[in-house]
This record gives sequence, C-alpha cells and structure tokens, in this order.
Amino acid sequence: MWKTVLRRLLIMIPQLIILSLLVFLLAKMMPGDPFSGSINPNTDPKQIDALRRAAGLYDPWYVQYGRWVGNLLHGDLGTSYIQHVPVSSLIADRAVNTFWLSLLTTILTYSIAIPLGITAGRHQDQWQDTSVRIFNYITLAIPGFVFYILGLWLFGFTLGWFPISGSVSANASGFWGILGSRLYHMILPAILYALITTTFTVQYLRTGIIDNKVEDYVRTARSKGVPENVVFHKHILRNSLLPIAAFLGNTITGLLSGSMIIETVFSYPGMGKLFIDSIGQRDYTTLTALILIFGILTLIGNLLSDIIMSIIDPRIRIQ
Amino acid sequence: MEKQSDLLLDIQHLHTAYRLQGKFYDAADDVNLTLKRDEILAIVGESGCGKSTIASSVIGLYDHKNTKVTGDILYNELNLVGLNESLFNKIRGEKIGMIFQDPLASLNPLMRVGDQVAETLYYHTNMDEKARHAKVIELFNQVGMPKPNEMYEMYPHELSGGLRQRVVIAMAIACDPEVIIADEPTTALDVTIQAQILDLLEDIQKKSHSGIILITHDLGVVAETADEVAVMYAGQIVEKADVKTIFKHPLHPYTRSLLNSMPQSDDEDEDLHVIHGTVPSLKNMPRQGDRFAARIPWIPASAHEENPQIHEVEPGHFVRCTCWKTFHFENDENVKKQEVEAVSGE
Repeated sequence: MWKTVLRRLLIMIPQLIILSLLVFLLAKMMPGDPFSGSINPNTDPKQIDALRRAAGLYDPWYVQYGRWVGNLLHGDLGTSYIQHVPVSSLIADRAVNTFWLSLLTTILTYSIAIPLGITAGRHQDQWQDTSVRIFNYITLAIPGFVFYILGLWLFGFTLGWFPISGSVSANASGFWGILGSRLYHMILPAILYALITTTFTVQYLRTGIIDNKVEDYVRTARSKGVPENVVFHKHILRNSLLPIAAFLGNTITGLLSGSMIIETVFSYPGMGKLFIDSIGQRDYTTLTALILIFGILTLIGNLLSDIIMSIIDPRIRIQ
Repeated sequence: MEKQSDLLLDIQHLHTAYRLQGKFYDAADDVNLTLKRDEILAIVGESGCGKSTIASSVIGLYDHKNTKVTGDILYNELNLVGLNESLFNKIRGEKIGMIFQDPLASLNPLMRVGDQVAETLYYHTNMDEKARHAKVIELFNQVGMPKPNEMYEMYPHELSGGLRQRVVIAMAIACDPEVIIADEPTTALDVTIQAQILDLLEDIQKKSHSGIILITHDLGVVAETADEVAVMYAGQIVEKADVKTIFKHPLHPYTRSLLNSMPQSDDEDEDLHVIHGTVPSLKNMPRQGDRFAARIPWIPASAHEENPQIHEVEPGHFVRCTCWKTFHFENDENVKKQEVEAVSGE
C-alpha cells in the first residue's frame, strides 16, 4: 500500500518539472511584461530598459526559469500586475471560497448521483430508469452557463430565494452569522453545479450495476443462498462503484479548478472568477500562478484516484 | 424399488422456456431425470442443448421475468418449481451446492476468497466468526489447498485456475449439501488440473454420499467419473443409461455421433467424425418430429417416429425415437457404395 503511494509520488516529480516548464515557457511567449502597462508617451525608453534589466528580463530563459522556480519553492508567486499585491495572498483568499464551494458541490453531487444511479440500474428499462435517463440527457445537453443563468434567474431574481452574488453578506456578524451567510450564498451555485456534474457518475453507476448484475460471481453469491438485497449491496454495488471511485480524486480537484463558469455567473469570489478576471485584465503573473496551481491540482487528483483505487481494488495494489 | 430417501432429486416433465421477443420457447422440453444418493449423473450434449438450463432450473437461478418453468423438481418431496425466494435461499448453498464453469469469473474480485466461502456459512449455520474461519480452513484442507491460512487472505486474482476452482468447490460443499451441481467444472482448466479436480469431486462424493449432477460436453470426463449418463439434444433427453452401456452399447444416432467424434486410437491419420450442421437455435428448434433428423439427412424420414418418444429398450436404457434401429453413419454408406461399385465394375 505505502509502496504504491511512494511510487506514485516519485512519478509526480518529473510530471511537476514538465508542468512548470510548460507553464513558464507559455507565459514567456505571451506578449507584454510587467512594464508594458506603465509605458506612456512621456516615458523614457531608457528608463524602461533599465527596469527590465533590473528585473532580469534580459537573462537567458533558463536563468529566469531557475529564478522563478526558486521563488516558487519559497512560496513567492510574484506580484499581480494589476492589483499590486503578492499573487499568493490574492489566491489564498479566493482559494478558501472555492474550496468550500467545491466541497459542498462534491457532497451534493454524490448524494444526488449515487441514489439516481442505483435506482436506474436496479430498475433497468422501467419508468424509474427512463426518468433518470431523461434527467441525465437534459443535464448533459444543456451547457453549464445556460443552466446556471436559468437557475440564477429563476431562484435568485424571480423567486428571490437565494442571493444572486458574492460569498457572504456585508452585514453578517458573529461566527454563526457569517457561517450561515456563507452557506446561504453557496447553496444555489453548489446545487446547480452539482446537478450538471452528476451526469457521468449516474451513467457509470447505472451501467456498472447493469453489467455486474449478470456477472458470474453474482450468480455464485445467489447460489450460496445469499438474500437478494445483500447480493445487491455487497456484491453488485461494491463492484459497480469502482469506476466512480476511479474518478473521485479527479472529480474533487476538477471541481476546484473547473468552477470558473459558475463563479463568474454568480460573481462568487473564488479562484475560477479570479482566473477569468485575470484573463480579462492581462494579469499574467496571476494567470501563470493559477495555471500552475490547476495543473498541480490535476496531478494531485490523479494521485488521489490511484490511492483510492488501490485501497478498494486489491487487483491494483503493487506487491 | 429404491428407498425413498435414496432419491434426492426427481425431475418430472420439466419445461423451461425463455422469452425471446415476447414469445416463450422451451429450452428444456419435457425433461425427466432422477438423481440418487451416491450417484454422479452426467448430462452431456453440445452447447445450446439445454444442459445448463436444467441446472439453473434446479437451483432456481434464472431471470424470473423472462423464464417460465413448469413441471416438477422434487427435492425430498419438496417441489422447487415456484418455491418462494426466501425458502429457496435456505436450500441453495445448504442442500444444493453449485460449481460453475469459469472459476475466476465466479469469484468476487474484491473479496478475500476465505470470506467468500465463509459467506455461505454465515447464511446457513449458527457459527460465530471464529468458528466460520476455522471451518473455512478445514474446507480448504479438504479440497487440497496448500497453506490454507495464507489462502484465506488471498484475492481471486492471486490464485491459479486450479486453486480458484478449489475455492469454488469449497464454497459449494461448505454446508455438506446433498446435491451438488457441477456445470462444466473443468472446461476452463488445464488438462492436468482437470483430472485433479475430477478426482476431488469423486472423493467428496464418496465421503459425503451426496449426489452430483455433472454437466459437461467432454465425454472423457463422463467416462472417468459418471455413473449415469443422460444425453441431451435440442432441449430433450435422447438417451439415458448407465455409463458402461452408453460407451459400449450406444443406440441413439446423436450419442453414437458424439462418441464417434472422439479420437479413438493413437492413429495419427485417423479422420475424426464430424456431426453435420449445428444445434438449432432456440427460436428455430423443430417442435415436431425428430429434432436430430436434420443432421443425419441420409436417414430416410420413415425411420423416424412422427412424435418421437422415449422407449425403454432394455432395463435402465432409454432411447428416444426408433431411428436408432436403422441408423448408420454416412461414411459407412459411402464405403458400401464403393464396395457395390467395385463389385459391379469387375
């Protein structure tokens, strides 16, 4: 078990190096630099040139890369071109918001998807299954932003049940007040986001149950006189959850990095919104840092998935 | 007369029909079979003859929506046909054990093999966890597994095919069932392992005095292990007798063709007999006349009964239809023709 984890961690090292190189080189290829924005007709080009030299922009790329990585290792992600604050603090504030939104979304996703998938799989081709499949096709077919805007319009504007933007109301006070207000702001985006995310989980679970139902080992369990509901939970369901577990790690980190649209629609101050804003404002340092973080999250997601799989599927463990 | 208690299973007029596009088709058509204590009954036939259908009907494991079972399957005077599920669950695993064809597929990949055997004990005995563990170790010893304590903790993928099948057998015999159904137990195994598994089955049967239904298409297996043989073709039993009679004095054309398609000698040049055509599919199965007639077209229609019945041609030897009386192999006819031509040519 621990050997598997260690081996996976070792594999991550070259992946991280390649990722950082890619991010760095792509950022270098983008037009402009920190001083482009400060240039106006009255600026002395020599002065800009001196600033660039001082910032090390004329050094060879590998020297710059080395400096960048060195800074990264010290937790220094650079300074935002636009907001003139350290990127690390900018991201830290937003990351907390995104984390909670993702956590709530993950919980909601699985608490919606697993019962739906089980219902559809158990009652294959009956009305329950048909309803779940229709729901699935709808959530798969509607683009996220259309779905979010419709939800925002209906439950936020028209019915007024939920706040339409932000992460906490300005007049909330006290620990419970703020916590309540935060939750209240997260519920609608989390539900909408979860509904869209359920599709694949429902589909995998449904197919898994239908496939496993006719497996030989299920017949063996029945031939032992195991009651049908136990056959289902102990034998069929456990094996059907494998593909979902395989995606669990990626789903969690995917939600963290994939919440750009929902955060933008709900003006929710998270990493996704920061990413979209940074693109709009050409805030390259922030963008580079975010892309690097999203990349690392993907790697961690894969790692998590592998660890989860090796816990529940004995065939994957490495001797 | 047999003593009543010696008769374990009495299958009478069993019809098992599967639904195909809304219509039911008999895959087992009026099957009559008995299984006695201390007996290995082999059911032989090509794929699609209805052998496994009988097995799944006996143990009640079929898709209840798309399968219709009628007739009687009496187990100690208890009719298993239409028995409710919770009662049936008491019989399955406890009174009737089942061994399947593919030992890897028949084990849950996520469970330790020991736990899978213990699961049978959990539902049929009052043993606590410790006692169950001890019993599993004992069973593993009984089925000849080395290092049973270590084996308990293994997962199916960590075991060889032969060991997996031993686990499946341990599972089937965990509660000393009176009836064991072995559905192609050696088909998926290496030839060397096959013999070991068959020996094990015989050994278990001798010790427990159970009755075994052995489903197979391998006549070598039948010759080696069976006491009684039922030959099935297209859902019907076409011949039934004890194993010696079947091999020494087969009557039905299908039985004879099957035996003839087995390699008989060390002669490398020997041409194996091939039975023409294939078993008709369930939908296209002829419901009238001799079902095997289409595969022996050189036999005139008049040789077959219009509605072939099972006849007891000698005590304990049952044959369907009367065509066996005039049956001969096609090659024989060619040989005869050649002889005739040779004679007339001279």
